[in-house]
Amino acid sequence: MNGILEIKDLRVEYPSRGIGEPVKLALKGLNLSVREGEVFGFLGPNGAGKTTTMNVLLGFVNATSGAAYLFGVDVKEPIARQRIGYLPELTYYYKFLTAEELLRFYARIFGIPRGETERRIDNLLKLVELEHARKRPIKTYSKGMQQRVGLAQALINNPDLLILDEPTSGLDPIGRMKVREIIQRLKNEGKTIFFSSHELGEVETVCDRVGILYQGELKVEGRVSDLIQKYQTNLEQIFLQIIGYAQPVNS
Amino acid sequence: MNAVFALSNVVIKELYRRKDFYVLFILTVLITLVMASASLFNDDKIVRYLKEICLLLIWISALAMALGTASRQIPAERENRTIFPLLAKPVTRWHVVLGKFLGCWLACGLALVVFYVFLGLVSASREHTWPVLNYFQAFWLQWIFLAVVIAIVLWGSIIFAAPSSNATICLVFVLGILIVGRYLNQIALQQSEPMRSIIYGIYFIIPHLEFFDVRDLVVHDRGLVGWGACVLVTLYGAAYTLFFLFATWLSFRRKALN
Repeated sequence: MNGILEIKDLRVEYPSRGIGEPVKLALKGLNLSVREGEVFGFLGPNGAGKTTTMNVLLGFVNATSGAAYLFGVDVKEPIARQRIGYLPELTYYYKFLTAEELLRFYARIFGIPRGETERRIDNLLKLVELEHARKRPIKTYSKGMQQRVGLAQALINNPDLLILDEPTSGLDPIGRMKVREIIQRLKNEGKTIFFSSHELGEVETVCDRVGILYQGELKVEGRVSDLIQKYQTNLEQIFLQIIGYAQPVNS
Repeated sequence: MNAVFALSNVVIKELYRRKDFYVLFILTVLITLVMASASLFNDDKIVRYLKEICLLLIWISALAMALGTASRQIPAERENRTIFPLLAKPVTRWHVVLGKFLGCWLACGLALVVFYVFLGLVSASREHTWPVLNYFQAFWLQWIFLAVVIAIVLWGSIIFAAPSSNATICLVFVLGILIVGRYLNQIALQQSEPMRSIIYGIYFIIPHLEFFDVRDLVVHDRGLVGWGACVLVTLYGAAYTLFFLFATWLSFRRKALN
C-alpha cells in the first residue's frame, strides 16, 4: 500500500426504499489511490457516487464489500480520521458558537494542548481572513465566511490529508477566489488534497490528477496534463465526453 | 474522553445561550415570591406550603429543561448536519451519546444548584434555619433522577422522529412512573393471571423514579435519608442510566445519518 488514501474494490448498495423498488448500487467496485502531496480532483455528475465515496472514507456509510484505507488504517477505525481534515459541501456548524469557540471545540476533540490551540486559532483565522469576526456567532456570517470558517476547522489538527466536498459550491466569485487561494497555499505547503468539484476550470488549475466517476464506476483517472494531451481538448470537454454529452474531438 | 468533554461543553453553552433556563428560573422566582408575599389563613407554618410549592416548581422546571434539552440534541445534530464534520473527526457514536448525556446532565445540575440556592434563601428568610444537608440530599437525588430521565429521552430521540413527540412520550412515561409506579405491585395483586405476572414484570423492570423524590422529608422537616440508602439509590439510578445510554448507543450505532 503506497497511497495515503486507498480504495480497493469498493461496492456500496443502498437498500430499496419501498416494496418492489430495486436496491440502489452507488459504487460498483471502485479502485483509487491518492499519493502523498498531490491534489486529486474527484469529478462526476450529480448521483455518480462522489459523496458516497467520501461518506465511506469518513465512516458515515459502511461499504457493502471492498475496503478503504486512510494512512493504511481501515476507515472503519475512528483513529483513521486523526490525520485528516474534512470540509463538507455546505456549512454544518454550531451556529450559536463564535469562530474561535468552534475551533477550540474541534481542537479539544483532537486533544491539542491549550496554548497550542490558541496559537493555531490565531494562525488559521489569519489564513482564512476571519480575524475581525472571530468573536461573532457563526449565524451572523455570510456564506463565504462560513465556508472559510469550515476550512479553518478542517485545518485545526494540521492534517496531512484534506477531504473537501465541493469547497466553492454556492460561493460568489470573490468567495470562490479566496477559497481557491487557500487551497493553492495548502498545496504549496505540501498537503495532500482530495476534493470533489463541479468547477472544472478550477480543477484544471489546481489539481495534479483527476478521476471521473460515472454511475458508480471510475471511467478515467490520470494526470490532468496527460488527459488533456490524450483527448486533445480541455477538462470540461473530456468530462462531457466521458458522461456521453459530447462527441470525441477526433470523431 | 476529550471528545466527550468537548461535546458536553457545547451542550452547556447552547443551553445558557438559549432562553429556556432563564424563563423557567424567573417563573419559579416570581411564583414563589408572589406566594411568599401572601399571608394565607394567618398560618405560622405557611413556610411549609411555600417550600412545597417551590420544590414542585423546581421539579417541574428541571423536568421540562431535561426533556427539552435532551430530546433535541441528537435530532438537531442530524437535522442541521453538524454530525458530519463531528464524525469526520476521531469521534465515535458512543462519544456523541456520552457527550450529549454529560452536557445535558451537567447543565441541568447547574440549573438545579441555582434553584436550590433560591429555595434555601426563601425558606431561610422565613424559618431562619439553613438545613444544608437536607437540601443537598434533595438536590443530589433529584440530579440522579434527571440522569435517568435524560438517558431515557436520549434513547427516545433515536427512536421517535420528532423531538416534540419524544418529549411528550417521555413526559407521560416519567409521570406515569412517578404517580403509578409505586402502586403497580398492589394493582397486580388484584388481577388474575396472566395479567398479574405481566404487571409484576413491569413493576420490577421500570426504574422507580419515586425513590429520588424526598420533597416530603424537606417540607415537613423529617430529617435526612440514611446515607447508605442514598448511596444505594445513587447506584440504582446509575445502573438504569447506563442501561438506557447503552440502548441509545445500540440504536444509534447503525442508524443512517441522513
